[in-house]
Amino acid sequence: MIWDWDYTRDILPDLLRGLVVTVQATLVGSVVALLLGLVFALLRRSSLRAVRIVTGAFVEFIRSTPLLVQLYVLFFVLPTVGITLSGFQAGVIGLGVHYATYTSEVYRAGIEGVPRGQWEAATALNLPASRVWRSVILPQAIPRVLPALGNYVIAMFKETPLLSAITVLEMLAIAKGLGSQTFRYLEPLTLVGLLFLLVSLPASLTVRRLERRFGH
Amino acid sequence: MSAILDFLPLLLKGAWVTIQITAGAALLGLVCAFAGGLAAVSGSRISRAVAIVYVEFFRGTSALVQLFWLFFALPLIGIRFEPIAAGIVALGLNIGSYGSEVVRGAIKAIPKSQYEATVALNMTPYRRMRSVILPQAVVGMLPPFGNLLIELLKGTSLVSIISIADLTFNAQVLRSAALPTLTVFLVVLAMYFVMAYTLTLGMKLLERRAARSIGLGKLPYQPDAVKLAEPV
Amino acid sequence: MDTDKADTGKWAETVTVEPPVAREMVRFDKVVKRYGDNVVLRELDFHVAPGERITLIGPSGSGKTTILRLLMTLEKIDEGKIHVDGECLTHTRRGDREITADEKHTRRVRKKIGMIFQQFNLFPNMKVLRNVAEAPVHCLGLSREEAEARAIELLDLVGLGEKVDSYPSQLSGGQQQRVAIARALAMQPKVLCLDEVTSALDPELVAEVLNVLRNVAASTDITMLCVTHEMKFARDVSDRVLMFDKGQIVEQAPPDKLFTQPEHQRTRTFLRALLEEH
Repeated sequence: MIWDWDYTRDILPDLLRGLVVTVQATLVGSVVALLLGLVFALLRRSSLRAVRIVTGAFVEFIRSTPLLVQLYVLFFVLPTVGITLSGFQAGVIGLGVHYATYTSEVYRAGIEGVPRGQWEAATALNLPASRVWRSVILPQAIPRVLPALGNYVIAMFKETPLLSAITVLEMLAIAKGLGSQTFRYLEPLTLVGLLFLLVSLPASLTVRRLERRFGH
Repeated sequence: MSAILDFLPLLLKGAWVTIQITAGAALLGLVCAFAGGLAAVSGSRISRAVAIVYVEFFRGTSALVQLFWLFFALPLIGIRFEPIAAGIVALGLNIGSYGSEVVRGAIKAIPKSQYEATVALNMTPYRRMRSVILPQAVVGMLPPFGNLLIELLKGTSLVSIISIADLTFNAQVLRSAALPTLTVFLVVLAMYFVMAYTLTLGMKLLERRAARSIGLGKLPYQPDAVKLAEPV
Repeated sequence: MDTDKADTGKWAETVTVEPPVAREMVRFDKVVKRYGDNVVLRELDFHVAPGERITLIGPSGSGKTTILRLLMTLEKIDEGKIHVDGECLTHTRRGDREITADEKHTRRVRKKIGMIFQQFNLFPNMKVLRNVAEAPVHCLGLSREEAEARAIELLDLVGLGEKVDSYPSQLSGGQQQRVAIARALAMQPKVLCLDEVTSALDPELVAEVLNVLRNVAASTDITMLCVTHEMKFARDVSDRVLMFDKGQIVEQAPPDKLFTQPEHQRTRTFLRALLEEH
């Protein structure tokens, strides 16, 4: 037998601990991405041309370059200019900012999907801008794009292993550590893959059900 | 300024490796995308099941985990990959699973009326795909393929973790050589950006070519204009 | 456009079909078709003689389009059988049992049937010449040169000889439909199904298409099944008109009789409504 079941039983608790860190990183990163993405989307609709251009350039730049390099910058390069972040901090900021560039596109599509008439009605009712956004536009824009946002949260979950490169002890890091101790990589890595599947498949199905509910 | 000239050659070498891996994985990904996509729309239930398993497996797990598994775990059951081969295979299979969903979606998007016209002309399923459905579907596949290509380019940075000397790896090498790290990394990011932008431009050109090949972008029928233009 | 003065000889030359094998070209044998709970055709029996031109009229949902789609194998029948030129389209014999026909058998019999659609359904990725020549090359075994030569002749006959290098998107609706007619005829079918072929056209483009079809009817022996609202065309071309309602034939007669002296109340109501609309 190539597969060692006893070994599998031994390492499972360690891997599950790693899963906890993975989930924590995903949740914090998602919060950053979902909030910051909305900020980016709103900034790109600013009436000030300079704001629009700077935000647009920043978003495009982050979106077109690898997350791994951005993580290296946050963790290894920032200390040289005085900012030291822990692996976890750098990780969630990196994940959050990178995926905020994706979610900002999703928000933009949602906002532009709100019928023109809604804006005109709000103007006719003389509502102040903040209320227009809070009570009319966003409540219509966001539910429609929840499935797309959900998919990006799942994508973030699957990108957390990159954090192992900046010393975060999520699942892959733990598996690597176990493997390098015992030289048996098959079981830890396979288990990590299965654990990812076990979380992401139901999550995808939930998102697909969301898609059907919010009618596409 | 002269510092930049010091590290630029190493970065350019790394960028060349990045480009090669992107090209190799893109090719493999394209093959997998069509194989998977066509299987997903085929009449055979087995083909469809295989396609679903392939897509859900590679989409449902992390690319880095897949890369590690190919490179570290497979040797234990006898299959040993060279690092670059592992990189190309892992990234290619991964991007191919997303690609096959694009292919599937584009084929399904072709109106039923086109199928019915091929039935009326008694075409075989193979002929229907080759002459009518696929040529039209490919036009719809190009924009999403363009996005996937950019994702693939970014994904190649993962191979640095298994010590392949791509652009990201060489950036790390320079960092440990205590060079001005902020400059180095900004240059690295800029190089990725330039590569991504070039790929985007290339894809846009392809999209325009494809649209022309199915008669879009040509002057459409304009009844009055045609009559007026006729020589007396 | 010179399709008004039909060159009957040229039509017959280009669109020859072999003589029919059976006395009935098309026979529906107790055909039942359901869509979910909705029974569209109930035990429908009817037949069409070789070379006969029939028009199917009736309100929407009466099943007339379904009949064409079943004949063209775009839908599967639930019960009953369909025969084309002496062969069973829908079933084959295995020993002494009858089973549903497989793809190979269906393709063989379907070779004799062609269809022209309401929405033309030309292939946008091919120029006009290739639209017409493609199926003959791959499904009739002609060489590319033979198929293209025949395509050019047919396109000339429908009045579109100069448009061989155009894309469908560059043609008007009437021109596209005429290409579709050439495309269908290129396969030399014995039976032609016409499913409301002018309903999607602007009024001024309808005549050119109907004229081409009149030429086809006058110059060839092709059996034609038309679903149409064009009553004048039906009168000019049909040998028999069948009035459908709720999946059953309510009345059938030569056009002159059916249009002037309809016997059934349903027919009368329908024709009255139709005339009021026009």
